[in-house]
Amino acid sequence: MGQQTPFYNNHLESGAKIVDFGGWDMPLHYGSQMEEHHIVRQDAGMFDVSHMTVVDVKGEKAKSFLQYLLANDVDKLKQSGKALYSGMLNEEGGVIDDLIVYFIDSSFYRVVVNASTREKDLAWMSKQATSFEVSVEENTEYAMLAVQGPNAIEKAKSVFSAAQQKAVEDIGIFFAADCEGYFIARTGYTGEDGYEILVPAEQASDFWNKLVAAGVKPCGLGARDTLRLEAGMNLYGNEMDESVSPLEANMAWTITWVPEERDFIGKSALVAQKEAGVKTKLVGLLLEGKGVIRSHMKVIIDGIGEGETTSGTMSPTLKKSIGIARVPKSTGDSVMLEIRGKQIPAKVVKPSFVRMGKALV
Amino acid sequence: MSNVPSDLKYISSHEWVRLEDDGTVTIGITDHAQELLGDVVYVELPDVDSEVALEDEIAVVESVKAASDIFAPLSGTVIAVNEDLEDAPETVNSSPYDDGWMFKMQPSELSELDGLIDAESYQNEIED
Repeated sequence: MGQQTPFYNNHLESGAKIVDFGGWDMPLHYGSQMEEHHIVRQDAGMFDVSHMTVVDVKGEKAKSFLQYLLANDVDKLKQSGKALYSGMLNEEGGVIDDLIVYFIDSSFYRVVVNASTREKDLAWMSKQATSFEVSVEENTEYAMLAVQGPNAIEKAKSVFSAAQQKAVEDIGIFFAADCEGYFIARTGYTGEDGYEILVPAEQASDFWNKLVAAGVKPCGLGARDTLRLEAGMNLYGNEMDESVSPLEANMAWTITWVPEERDFIGKSALVAQKEAGVKTKLVGLLLEGKGVIRSHMKVIIDGIGEGETTSGTMSPTLKKSIGIARVPKSTGDSVMLEIRGKQIPAKVVKPSFVRMGKALV
Repeated sequence: MSNVPSDLKYISSHEWVRLEDDGTVTIGITDHAQELLGDVVYVELPDVDSEVALEDEIAVVESVKAASDIFAPLSGTVIAVNEDLEDAPETVNSSPYDDGWMFKMQPSELSELDGLIDAESYQNEIED
C-alpha cells in the first residue's frame, strides 16, 4: 500500500480504479477515462493532485533566492497572488523540475512542484538556500484539487463560502486568492479554465462531496494525461528532464534574460547553448495514417535525420492520434513515424492541439 | 466480476474462441481483457485471406493505456474481420463477446482445438 491523499476514501466511494503512482495510491479512472476526458472539455471535472508538493519559501531574502534558483524571474510578480511558471535548472542548464511559484508578499513565496521529483527538489532547494537567509519548508497541511472545464469556475464557486466567492471574483488566469484557509488558484493542466485549490486537509473530504453534489465529476490521472497532451503541455520526465534544457523543450519563454545582471543557476550553460545553436526542437505530431503514437517511437525525417516521440496518445477530442516529439531543428512539416515496424506519415504542428474545448489543428 | 460465457473456448492470453456450426471460428478478447485494457481506441485487424500460425501476433488492440498484441488461438486462414471496429473501437469494451468480435478463421489444424481451455479453467486463471 502506498501513501494516500486526504481524498482516498472519496476515490473508493466514487468507484476509482486505484494504481500506484510514484508511491501514491491514486485514481487512474472511475470507470471510463474517455468519458472523464470529455467531461473536462465539455462541463466540469475534478482531479486529486494532492500528491504534488507545496513548498513555502519565507524570509527577507526570499525574492533574491528565487531569482537565483529559477530561470524565470520572480521580480515579474508584483501583486499578491500572482503566479509564474518556471524551470528550476541545474548548473548544466538541464531541468530539475518545472513548477509554479506564487507571490504572497516580499518575504513569502509558495512553490508547487511535481510529485515524482519531491525529494530531489526539496534537497536541491534546501542546498541552494544555505547562502540566503530563507527557510524552505514543505507545507503538508493541504490537500490539492484541480477543478477544470468550461463550467468548472461556476460549479466550484457554488460551493465556496460568501467570502471565498468574493475573493475569487476578479482573479485572472495565473492568479490565486487566499481565503479562509483555502488557496484558490486559477491555474490548470488541461487547457480548460478552472481552479487548482489547496484545501485544508481535514476539510478535503467534505469539500469533495460538495463538489460532487454540485455536478463536478471525479476524473483520474489517465484523463489528466490525455488532457494535458491535447493542450500541448509538457510532462516532467517525458518532454524534459535533467539532461534537457528549456531551450530544447519549448520553454524558452520561461527564461528571463534581462536584466543581464541577474544570475541564475544554469544561466551560463544556456548562454553557451544559445551561442552554439540549439540542435533540436520539440514539435507536435498529428498522425495521418492508422495507429497510435506512444512515447519513445522513432521519428524519421527524410534527408535530415531522426528524432523520438516524448508523448503520444489517441486524442479523445480529435479522434486522431497526436504526439510530441524531439526532432532536429531543420525538420519541416512532415515526418514518418515508426509504429510497430511500419512507417506511418505524420504532420508536424505546433504542440497545442485542443484548448478551451476547441481543436487547434 | 468479469463475464465468462460458458459456451466459448479461451486461451490464457485472454482471447475467446467460438466454434461455429460451419466449422469456422470467431475470435475476440474477453470481458476481463477489456477491463484490464481500459477504453479501447484503436484495433488493427489482420488481412482477410492471410494465413496464420498458432500463437502468431495477429492483431493489435490499443487502449488509452497501451498497445496489446492479440495472438492467434489456432492456425488457419482469416476469412473475415470486424470492420465496424475501425470507426467504433469502443465496441470491444461495450460488447466484447458479440458486436466486439475481431475476426473469423477457418482452422487448418483441428487437433489444436484441444489446446483451448473451457470457461471454468479460464475463470480460474483470471481469479488467481
